[in-house]
Amino acid sequence: MQSYRRTTLSVFRWVWLSALVFFAAAYLLDGLSGTPTADREDPSDLSARSVGSRDSDRPPRAAPDIDPDIVLVLDRLNQARRERLAALGLRSAPPADWLTVNRRLSLALTGTGLSLEEIRHLESLPPQDRVPIHLERLLRDSRHHDYWAERWTRYLVGADEGPFLVFRRRKFRHWLSDNFAENRRYDQMARDLITAEGLWTDKPQVNFYTVTYDSGDDGPDPIRLAARTSRVFLGLRIDCLQCHDDFLGNVSLGDAENLREGTQQDFHQLASFFTAAKSSGLQGVRSGKADYAYKYLYADEEVDVPPGVPYQTELLPAEGDPRERLARWITSPENRQAARSAVHHVWALLFGQPRGESVDNLPLDEPIDAEIKILVDDLVENGFNLRRLVRSIALSDAFGVDSRADFHLTARHDSAGASFPLVRLRPEQIAGAVIQSSRIKTVNRDSSFLVQLQALGGRGDFVRRYGDLGEDEFTADPVTISQRLVMLNGKLVDESVEHNPVLNASAHVAMFSGDDVTAVENAFLCVLNRRPGDQETKHFVRRIDQADHRKQGLEDLFWTLLNSSEFAWNH
Amino acid sequence: MNFLDLCDPNLHCSRRTLLGAGATGSVMMSSLARALARADETGRTDPARPKSVILLWMEGGPSQLETFDPHAGTRRGGDVKAIETTIPGVQISDLLPGVAEQLHHASLIRSVVGNEGEHARATYQIKNGYRPDPTLVHPSIGAVLCHHDQQTLDIPRHVSILPGQSPGRGGYLGPSYDAFKINDPAGPVTDVRRRVDDVRYERRVQDLAILEKQFATNRFADLHSRRTLHGEATRSALRMMSSDQLTAFDVTQETEIEQADFGDTPFGRGCLAAGRLIEVGVRCVEVTLGGWDSHVTNHTLHASACGILDPALASLLRRLADRDLLSTTLVVCAGEFGRTPNINPAEGRDHWAHGFSVLLAGGGLRSGVVHGATAAEPNSDPAKVNEHVQDPVSIADLHATIFRTLGSDPQEELITPIGRPLKRSEGRAIEVLL
Repeated sequence: MQSYRRTTLSVFRWVWLSALVFFAAAYLLDGLSGTPTADREDPSDLSARSVGSRDSDRPPRAAPDIDPDIVLVLDRLNQARRERLAALGLRSAPPADWLTVNRRLSLALTGTGLSLEEIRHLESLPPQDRVPIHLERLLRDSRHHDYWAERWTRYLVGADEGPFLVFRRRKFRHWLSDNFAENRRYDQMARDLITAEGLWTDKPQVNFYTVTYDSGDDGPDPIRLAARTSRVFLGLRIDCLQCHDDFLGNVSLGDAENLREGTQQDFHQLASFFTAAKSSGLQGVRSGKADYAYKYLYADEEVDVPPGVPYQTELLPAEGDPRERLARWITSPENRQAARSAVHHVWALLFGQPRGESVDNLPLDEPIDAEIKILVDDLVENGFNLRRLVRSIALSDAFGVDSRADFHLTARHDSAGASFPLVRLRPEQIAGAVIQSSRIKTVNRDSSFLVQLQALGGRGDFVRRYGDLGEDEFTADPVTISQRLVMLNGKLVDESVEHNPVLNASAHVAMFSGDDVTAVENAFLCVLNRRPGDQETKHFVRRIDQADHRKQGLEDLFWTLLNSSEFAWNH
Repeated sequence: MNFLDLCDPNLHCSRRTLLGAGATGSVMMSSLARALARADETGRTDPARPKSVILLWMEGGPSQLETFDPHAGTRRGGDVKAIETTIPGVQISDLLPGVAEQLHHASLIRSVVGNEGEHARATYQIKNGYRPDPTLVHPSIGAVLCHHDQQTLDIPRHVSILPGQSPGRGGYLGPSYDAFKINDPAGPVTDVRRRVDDVRYERRVQDLAILEKQFATNRFADLHSRRTLHGEATRSALRMMSSDQLTAFDVTQETEIEQADFGDTPFGRGCLAAGRLIEVGVRCVEVTLGGWDSHVTNHTLHASACGILDPALASLLRRLADRDLLSTTLVVCAGEFGRTPNINPAEGRDHWAHGFSVLLAGGGLRSGVVHGATAAEPNSDPAKVNEHVQDPVSIADLHATIFRTLGSDPQEELITPIGRPLKRSEGRAIEVLL
């Protein structure tokens, strides 16, 4: 009887193990195997994949939920771009292939590259649908909500990390993530932040104020709030007006028809609104009266400073709670400068660099270019819908254009957007892309606990060593030696490329790719999100052949791909 | 040089290696050859050699009363006792007996006044010389120093040992001026060792060339040379990996006695490594020691932290002086603020930016000076907390003094990326110390 039980148990174990191996193999092969040749694109079909034709000619098969009149916006946007480039005498680079555009989207919206699983799924779709469908999936993806919440948190409250700020930032970030998941109106989010009341634990948006607390001064700092507000909601750098009037002609404020140099009053009147935010012990931030006095430069004594706005004063409600008045002024549909600021910020998040010199220095006396004006008008007229704005930019020719051309590209093409800008990835994008490249499946909230834990720990440690950019969101600094060392010899890269049959793509590619040519192609897709060229295939197949073990050859290939400049740059 | 040249054989050995090359390589390098090589690299034979700085960063905010400004025997003094030092008439805490014996190399400022009472903001101010500003990140002292003097080394010129929460940053000067971060020098320097054998590593690096060639196709002609700078940074990283200067991080090359003098602690080893790094030409090393945030049991915590600081700081001053490096190396020992004169019910001291102490030594600065003073019974009225401070020194003044000492004009304006001119420091140097 005992022998019978033992045999049954043994059979059961073997069946269980076999089933496990079978499903694991099927699971991996599902991601590794290519799609039928028919789904591969004809390289000559590049023009058919131009952004304009994508939406106007054939609606996506999977019917991505795109408002049809976005197509009209895209037509106007693309036409404006064509006219601008023509006026500059510049040719546009051709449209980029769908993998390149989708890599840009993944980096911009989730902070990682494409997974092989995503690529395989997209390959099963008609070519013209691959970008819009990927975009729609990302906009509804929790990875996007979390990633943009972090990026916007840095923009709105900075990147300081004191013992208390860590918790406040986390609360704030979760609140923003929820807002992005709901596709909450931008103007409502802005209003919530400016008029926030309550305890930071209960009302996370209050942390827009509490982040300015000093331990020695237990209340919101109106100066820091005025500087932050002018930059993030108005796109104006008026910090210098805190101490002196503008004497360099850098800050123009006042009426549109009659702009004047900025004054100290402009800054401090804006700050005055925030003195209405009172710290009220256990009740947190409460609204009260604005009471602000300041001694201006060269003045003999302090004077009361009433709340006031630096331009379009006619839009400011005459009565009401000071912060509510300010919020209504900023989010007024007629305050095009504020909407312009939002458009520039979203543009910069998608491209990885500002359109122009910066996102927070958009002078009132600088003419708004035609493309930004189209986006600003569309944003205001369509309920400050951020997803609509993202779609309008992401599906435009400007976003879909290649960063290469068969003619000589110059700095003029770059600055005019005739080609897609080359932008170095941010530290967390590098970390995210390294981690994603080491997995066949998409790393997200559905991933196993182990994978998520590794991703979280690995990302944090990597960013610390690589160097966090802080709140300075869109700088274009060269790579440093320390950063190269982290990539060449660091722990994250080493663990990502090692032959780990349980977790790593390098092992799965080595085990389940039918031949070395397929293995090289899969490695390129995992890391660079493109197929190798003929020369590259030939070279790396030979390398794998030369290696002591095939698995070593694959490890080396993954390492080399991760250390290429192509991996480290958005292109 | 293009990407194909990444594995330049010259990157694998340096002149010092060649000087010491022989049957047993650098181990057998003659003492004369070693000295010549080192002198050549550090410029010690050059009377106009550049100045360097070592910042001993006391993270958490050390109490001035338990370190350099004891008011022993008073109501506020707590359990601290004062001891004589090698500066006649100057006493410091009995928790720092070793430093007391070396204090003749140093000067003390006992009247530093800050504007921030929260750790992160106060740290920002004292490390960068400016209050936090949402529009830009200011560079730390080491970054400014490296920016002022563009000499190159195989290894980074700005190093942070045990970096803690706030390693020196390049700020608006760019991340290339960020401090290179290492942990306890007892272990190897992070990220400089190959993780596979040399043959495989070289093959990996060589294979980058084919990818770079493909990436450059149909893109800007100056893609790698002026835009990505990826190849240049990779070459520099490889050069550092094979540099003899890396041995400066390795404190085990010192005698056991020397290692013991600095203390068998990460901070002690960090200070010893700092001394070695200065010798090979590194311009700024910061070494962090935590454990000062004594809201409870202040005296016990300070006894513990001072027990680590004392042998390390004393040995560092002694070593730099012995090796004729103190005159060109400024040592700064400071935290983000001091601690309240009042002892709270938990026997702790809280944050206090109204009269705390900083030690400065070397770099050509006058030694044996004590600047400023605090009262034994300061006024606790928030509006009058600075009134008890004699000869108050602002954080900006402290920075101006440091930059003057290091040969950088504090009044010179640097240009931020948006074209905003900013002085290195808006303070005024303390003339009595210069």
